[in-house]
Amino acid sequence: MAKMSLEDLRKMKDEKKKILDRREVGENDIVIRIGMATCGIAAGAKKTMEALFDEIEKQGLNETTIKQSGCMGYCDKGEPTVEVKVPGMPDTIYGAVNEDFARRIIKEHCVQRKLVDGGHIFDRPSRDILKE
Amino acid sequence: MKNFILVCAGTACESSKADDIYKNFLAEIEKHGLKDDAQVIKTGCFGFCEKGPIVKILPDEAFYVEVKPSDAKEMVEEHIIKGRFVKRLLYAGDEVGDKENFEASDIQFYKKQYRIALRNCGFIDAENIEEYIARDGYEALAKCIFEMTPDQVIEELKVSGLRGRGGAGFPTWMKWNFAKNAEADQKYILCNADEGDPGAYMDRSILEGDPNSVLEAMAIAGYAVGASKGIIYIRAEYPLAIHRLGIAINQSYERGLIGQNIFGSKFNFDIEVRLGAGAFVCGEETALIKSIEGNRGMPTPKPPFPAIEGLWGKPTIINNVETFANVPAIILKGGKWHTTIGTKGSPGTKVFALTGKINNSGLVEVPMGTTLRDVVFDIGGGIRDNKKFLAVQTGGPSGGVITEKDLDTPIDFDSLVAMGSMMGSGGMIVMNEDDCIIDVAKFYMDFCVEESCGKCSPCRIGTKKLYQYLDKISKGSAVEEDIKKMEDISNAMKLASLCELGKTAANPVLSTLNHFKDEYLKHIVDKKCRSGKCKDLVSFVVNDKCIGCTACKRKCPVDCISGEKKELHVIDQTKCIKCGECVAACKFKAIDKI
Ligand SMILES: Cc1cc2nc3c(=O)[nH]c(=O)nc-3n(C[C@H](O)[C@H](O)[C@H](O)COP(=O)(O)O)c2cc1C
Repeated sequence: MAKMSLEDLRKMKDEKKKILDRREVGENDIVIRIGMATCGIAAGAKKTMEALFDEIEKQGLNETTIKQSGCMGYCDKGEPTVEVKVPGMPDTIYGAVNEDFARRIIKEHCVQRKLVDGGHIFDRPSRDILKE
Repeated sequence: MKNFILVCAGTACESSKADDIYKNFLAEIEKHGLKDDAQVIKTGCFGFCEKGPIVKILPDEAFYVEVKPSDAKEMVEEHIIKGRFVKRLLYAGDEVGDKENFEASDIQFYKKQYRIALRNCGFIDAENIEEYIARDGYEALAKCIFEMTPDQVIEELKVSGLRGRGGAGFPTWMKWNFAKNAEADQKYILCNADEGDPGAYMDRSILEGDPNSVLEAMAIAGYAVGASKGIIYIRAEYPLAIHRLGIAINQSYERGLIGQNIFGSKFNFDIEVRLGAGAFVCGEETALIKSIEGNRGMPTPKPPFPAIEGLWGKPTIINNVETFANVPAIILKGGKWHTTIGTKGSPGTKVFALTGKINNSGLVEVPMGTTLRDVVFDIGGGIRDNKKFLAVQTGGPSGGVITEKDLDTPIDFDSLVAMGSMMGSGGMIVMNEDDCIIDVAKFYMDFCVEESCGKCSPCRIGTKKLYQYLDKISKGSAVEEDIKKMEDISNAMKLASLCELGKTAANPVLSTLNHFKDEYLKHIVDKKCRSGKCKDLVSFVVNDKCIGCTACKRKCPVDCISGEKKELHVIDQTKCIKCGECVAACKFKAIDKI
């Protein structure tokens, strides 16, 4: 890979920011992030991820991307933590997502476009300092 | 679906009628035939329990506080049907105030937390450097290289007031300045990721969630002091953090963000990872340096300080993971911005690992100056099972306890020391009435006995002696004069130990003695342990509520309960192991723990 100049860095930043901030997304462009830090994995995040993959395939949601992230801090009640970004829906953080709940997220949130009930929704822990 | 009504079902809100609120919303939605327009759901804790119950309506981000079940009708009719905020219930924030003229743009994202070090944790792919770049990653390094002199970088840190997050709170700029001014052909930047405090995992989470922020900051430090080599010292017990660091280092090398001629400039900076075997003392900076050099991890006297004479005898900066994670944000947003957060003496934020008998344990980052009450009762959701708060331990084995009376003191480096504890690396263990303070002190002393490297006698012998006294107290064989002896030993350790491990190891004892003298005396004089944790001091006895059902007798693992059916049972105190199984088995409250 070529080494980056300052211009390359800025160009990459602009491009990737567009994706990260989800400007210009299509109707079915879904992004799911799962917390895969030590705490998440200890709470079963790997199984949760498998269930997500499996259900996505079953539902034929071909434009869905799954990403791994670190710990959001909801160690006790919140792990495994899953963040779901579906066009037209508020970005949502679900906590304590086991395999069953993971399937419900795909079926209810991603397909039926409804939030999944049951006390699993968490708020973002803080404002984003980079957006201030 | 157009609207989402989120009803907080966290423990605190639940107990104040969240369930009725939820049901009323469902009924209102049904009544108005809005089932396709609005969905009602229960959520986890919003962390603003003092103003609960809380209802949030999306996508408007309307944050309603102190909602009563009867408010559901108005909220549906106004907000959902007419699209107007119910102003009297809206949280308007401390700054916004005027609810009458409330506009959508005034909506405050209510949060007690403020995340600088954790700005990316949980929100980017930690194994993909491009997502870090999308979040302004490596922009701060570029700014330093192309727009700032090393002196200006250090000046920015000076303005920011950033103090080391590894425990002692030493001003970061000062350390960097010493190393910058030291003449040498090679200098080193070390990142301390040893994190040995029991209950602490802040640094691990940063490295697992945002490893690039630490790499970028180390390169900035290298630029500022004129070092071309960085080493991250991390315990081998952190395999995932090590794995992600490795990925981040590879990806940053590939793109020329680390290595030779960064961004095509003349600045070179290499980073490698060294694994430690997981000894607490190796987190101490001089011991850490010895460990990297291949020697036994034992501290050396200071001075010389590492900034002047560190790794391989060269000027060396050693900073904590969290300290580094703050640096890129400070460079980008300016030192002045950093001083607007936190307190005058301790600007910025601190990450805490909140654990123990608390409802929402987890990782939190709050501005310095936040009170312990806010952390424990708001963000933490209060004490588990509605039990009574006893104390919070901060600073790990070097710290102490903070009690009820100091709950409203704003916490920062200096106020914690004034309370007889310390910031430490950020472990915060919450205790309730079921905990025994002697048991807690004993736990930490046991840890220090294990972890003392043995090089100096005040620490090696002092920790052992203190442990023996605590053990005696917990077994009921101590005498009152022992307290004086413990104080003498503690003071000798403070004065004469070689490193901070020994100098501070007595803190948990001194602090608990200071705040809970009565508990010590209860153990020593009355031979009683309030919580029953000190098993030698409790006994289980059957009272006259016993109907002779034999449930306890059948449960007892050592067969020490006798008595016929329908007759009063008796526990043989000489055989009882105090496991408490009988209390759990008894349906008639007929067994007292005394
Ligand atoms: C026994 C002992 C253990 C320590 N463990 C750590 C540790 O795990 N991580 C850390 O950053 N600092 C630890 N320190 C503090 C370091 O000696 C040093 O002050 C710190 O790494 C400096 O970084 P900072 O200025 O960024 O806080 C420890 C100190 C002592 C005495």
